[in-house]
Amino acid sequence: MQEGRTLSTREINRDLLRSILESPRWFWPVVTVLGIILLVAAIAIGIMVNRGLGVTGLNRPVAWGFFITNFVFWIGISHAGVMLSAILRLAKAEWRRPATRAAEVLTLFSLMTAMIMPIVHTGRPWRILYWVFPYDFARGIWPNIRTPLVWDPSAILTYLTSSTLFVIIALIPDFAVLRDHTTGVAHRVYTLLAMGWEGNARQWKLQITAGVLLSALILPVFVSVHSIVSWDFGMAVAVKTWHSTVFAPYFVVGAVHSGVSAVAFVLILLRWCYGWQDYIRHEHIDALGRLLIVVATGWFYFLIMELLFGMYGREADELAVRGLQFTQWPYNAWFIVFVVTTYFIPVILWLSRAWRRNLWIMSIACISVNIGMWLERFLIIVPGLVNKQVFSFTWADYAPSPFEIIIVGATFALVTMLMLLFSRVFPLVPLYDVKEGDILKTEVKVGRRTVPATFRED
Amino acid sequence: MVTSRAKHKWGMVVDLDRCNGCQACVVACQAENNLPINDKNAFLQSRAYEWIRIERYWEGEYPNVRARFIPVLCQHCENAPCEPVCPVFATYHSAEGLNVQLYNRCVGTRYCINNCPYQVRFFNYWHPNWPERLENQLNPDVTVRTRGITEKCTFCIQRLRRAELQVERRGGGTLNNETLKSGNYMPSCVQACPTNALMFGDQQDEQSPIKPYFDDVNKHNIHHEHERETRGYRLLEEMNTKPNLIYLKKVDKNPVKGGQHG
Repeated sequence: MQEGRTLSTREINRDLLRSILESPRWFWPVVTVLGIILLVAAIAIGIMVNRGLGVTGLNRPVAWGFFITNFVFWIGISHAGVMLSAILRLAKAEWRRPATRAAEVLTLFSLMTAMIMPIVHTGRPWRILYWVFPYDFARGIWPNIRTPLVWDPSAILTYLTSSTLFVIIALIPDFAVLRDHTTGVAHRVYTLLAMGWEGNARQWKLQITAGVLLSALILPVFVSVHSIVSWDFGMAVAVKTWHSTVFAPYFVVGAVHSGVSAVAFVLILLRWCYGWQDYIRHEHIDALGRLLIVVATGWFYFLIMELLFGMYGREADELAVRGLQFTQWPYNAWFIVFVVTTYFIPVILWLSRAWRRNLWIMSIACISVNIGMWLERFLIIVPGLVNKQVFSFTWADYAPSPFEIIIVGATFALVTMLMLLFSRVFPLVPLYDVKEGDILKTEVKVGRRTVPATFRED
Repeated sequence: MVTSRAKHKWGMVVDLDRCNGCQACVVACQAENNLPINDKNAFLQSRAYEWIRIERYWEGEYPNVRARFIPVLCQHCENAPCEPVCPVFATYHSAEGLNVQLYNRCVGTRYCINNCPYQVRFFNYWHPNWPERLENQLNPDVTVRTRGITEKCTFCIQRLRRAELQVERRGGGTLNNETLKSGNYMPSCVQACPTNALMFGDQQDEQSPIKPYFDDVNKHNIHHEHERETRGYRLLEEMNTKPNLIYLKKVDKNPVKGGQHG
């Protein structure tokens, strides 16, 4: 884009392929540590499958807990990819360019991670085939299409497929660069992946058409995925505060909020890890911060609406759950932390231009959002179940067991590790997109100053 | 095998004015349906199995205090919230009005548990264990459920199947659609109830003692509750789950003021 110096193609190739062609000293130790965490989690899952879900903190009536919270959280993170690459592409926001690949890849990996959660959450995870795939598997029984639990995998797998296509199409020109920079086995693999890319006019035209088409086609999927996830709760007639019609837009906006924050944090990390100061510049993080103010405020509106819709009816049961959320320890404390970390801390930090350009402050704001959004899901799911319903004669509070904490913690390690491994094989900042941005950049005259245009008008 | 199935519509009437809270139905159910022993740990973990439970409510302050009992079991709703949310049809509605749970299909998503307003579905968090000698008393007609699946009251469907077989055998090997009457089959809780607070029968059988209650409650829906001639009502009738259970309770003219749960 604009503020940094213009780089030559050779420099762009050298810098952005550095993560692939050279191995940083910290890389393998970090991957080993993450691997150990994943191993511990795999053992925990093994014990849980072997002994039964009794090892979790779940009980009656709290049948859903940390796993489902984490599932919704990762689905939320996955909404960053489309937001940044598809919507901003269609809106011709130039500053999106270095952020797109990281956002799309984060989408892929967080979706994959999210899909693990409902599987380990079920009592008999080895039977997962029977409800995830719409096929009768010689049993003569097809999945029940009336349940959101069948809509979920359909929506998520559609989203996963289209996001993968999106990533691959954007990667093809970069594969070709990699093909030309490698030898041996790697060269042969990249040759295969580049699919004969020569960079001629026809291929570029096809690539751009495919990208724009996919951007437009992916939008309905983007809206539907988290809407459908929200209907897991919205469809539950028996649980007060879950049975709400505002959940679909509320969840989608919340997902964009947490997802874009996560991408901003990943970009800051990448800049720091691989020394990409010339590519992921302060102006990009700044623009993400400005976008996030709007998203966060939209989300805050829906939060207020959700509370308002819930309490407007003045139903005793609904008010009881709200009372639990607002006044009862520890939910009241978590609720305050949730609202402050999701909205007030980050938005106050983002309002200042100097703070948006301070990477430390930006990191704090983005992590804060994600802590808050995790709590949001927890505070939606658990209080509704913990609350005494009319006929829950024995009821109990919920506290996660070490098994749940380990497995939930390991999902963060999993996404980090997948991102790191990806960055060693494929460029996490799109080479061709950065070059294209350099060619297409325009400047606008404002008074006597010439400033770079943030949006392209052609 | 038996072709008479769709001819019945089973239902239960619980007379709360007769229930004295003796818990005989709870014990009978526990024994009949191979429920795991609810030991101290089960209650401490809040994971006890109570396919039928006696809810007890206290009214008034000591010494002017009164206990109320409500036996709560699966309501076998015609419009059951648990049924549409199961992805694998582990729970569905049978033609005879039973809400059936198929243990073999269940994958354990626990969505049905969340979606049951009566809280009568139970998840097997652990593999069930009995003391060694007690394993000999397990009912051979009933599956022992494994860990990771949901279970609930079945209206003792094993007794229904046995009754069908007996009727068939008595008919000399031929099917006789007429002979399987309400009296041939009753769940174990109904059989154990000493005060006849639980009544079971076929809603379509003219001679069945439960039929008048069902007719009355079905005729006057919740919006015309005051027009009902019997004491009948349904639990959470406003949720429109249409249970196949009816509760009878005479409205107390002189209720004791102040109440407490538990």
